[in-house]
Amino acid sequence: MNYTGRGLRRLVMEVSYSLRGFLQNFGAGQIFLLRIIVNSPYALARPRLIIKQVYVTGVQSLVVIMLAGLFVGMVLALQGFLTLSRFGAEETIGMVAALGLVRELGPVVTALLFAGRAGTALSSEIGLMRATDQLSGMEMMAVDPIKRVVVPRFLGGVIAMPILAVIFSAMGIFGAWFEGVIILGVDEGAFWSQMQAQVDLREDVMSGVIKSVFFGVAASLLAVFEGYNCVPTAEGVGRATTRAVVRTSLTVLVLNFMLTAWLLGGN
Amino acid sequence: MQQTRAVELGTGLFVFMGILALFFLTTRVTSFDSYSGEGGYELTARFDQIGTLKTRSPVSISGVQIGRVTAIDFDVDRLEAVVTIRIASRYDRIPEDSDASILTSGILGGQYIGLQPGGSDEYLKDGDEILFTQSAVVLEQLISKYLFGQSGGGE
Repeated sequence: MNYTGRGLRRLVMEVSYSLRGFLQNFGAGQIFLLRIIVNSPYALARPRLIIKQVYVTGVQSLVVIMLAGLFVGMVLALQGFLTLSRFGAEETIGMVAALGLVRELGPVVTALLFAGRAGTALSSEIGLMRATDQLSGMEMMAVDPIKRVVVPRFLGGVIAMPILAVIFSAMGIFGAWFEGVIILGVDEGAFWSQMQAQVDLREDVMSGVIKSVFFGVAASLLAVFEGYNCVPTAEGVGRATTRAVVRTSLTVLVLNFMLTAWLLGGN
Repeated sequence: MQQTRAVELGTGLFVFMGILALFFLTTRVTSFDSYSGEGGYELTARFDQIGTLKTRSPVSISGVQIGRVTAIDFDVDRLEAVVTIRIASRYDRIPEDSDASILTSGILGGQYIGLQPGGSDEYLKDGDEILFTQSAVVLEQLISKYLFGQSGGGE
């Protein structure tokens, strides 16, 4: 009796403690975002810094994104073919693949890959700067590390993410076309016309782009935030990197549901 | 310097690819059609029953899609559904005595408006109303009519 009471109390304590920790982290993230926004004019006046980061986060993720998109599109076409041919509707695989890619898989899978490829690079780089006292060194030279290091990386990620998502979707549709039309022999005209008849520019393509912008902000923010606030040791950098990926993935999936409900829930 | 140039070139190429992909998605994947934008002209038609017709449902003539439903409203005074459709401007010689009926495409397909051309020399123009319409067939009504007719004939 006494034992259970103590256990229960400890459980309540633990839960409230971790809840407080979560809220504190959440608030710290918002304040960090605000600091980034306030400091972004400085970086915008130096576009070279941003271009460098677009290169690092975008161009260097390009091959991964394109390959992933190609194979996701191909498997969508294959699965769609196997299921839809039972109903004699295999000609709609173009539409199925395009809607799935443009609305969901393009933004979400790109964001997850982005977190793994570019987000880890960002947080470990900033974390290592923190661990080797480079950030403090900058402060000492009266250079704000937020302006010089964090903001360009954040903006680079925010710019790169929607572009990567669009390329992912386009590659996916190409993959679906290759698998469906070339390998499985679906009629090419029907493939494209079914797709064009059902995919809407504003509702489908644009909602996907809007999603990817939100994911870009979330993924880049979490990556720089975790790196900037890491424990300045080798272990701390590793932890921060892991945490950035895990948190970004979860945030993207939760945010995806909310954005889908918001963007498409109206009808 | 060399490296900066490579970075700039790579970034430029990357952004260009993004624009190309977006262009592909807007033109090849969606129907970037002339009747969904501002082009074309609008007609209205009144129906007793529109079934599951929705905005953006197609409007076709002889099976060729020539426009879309842009708005559906209910006229409280006349107790009828008012459907506004937009027709691409190149199909500007549809006889004014044409009739519009709500049809179903396929078994699972959505409903669409099919136009049946009339024989008049006058053509429909922006803001006109299609006077001859045929409502959607509601399955339940069809079944009950059939059942009712069957039992009535048996007596």
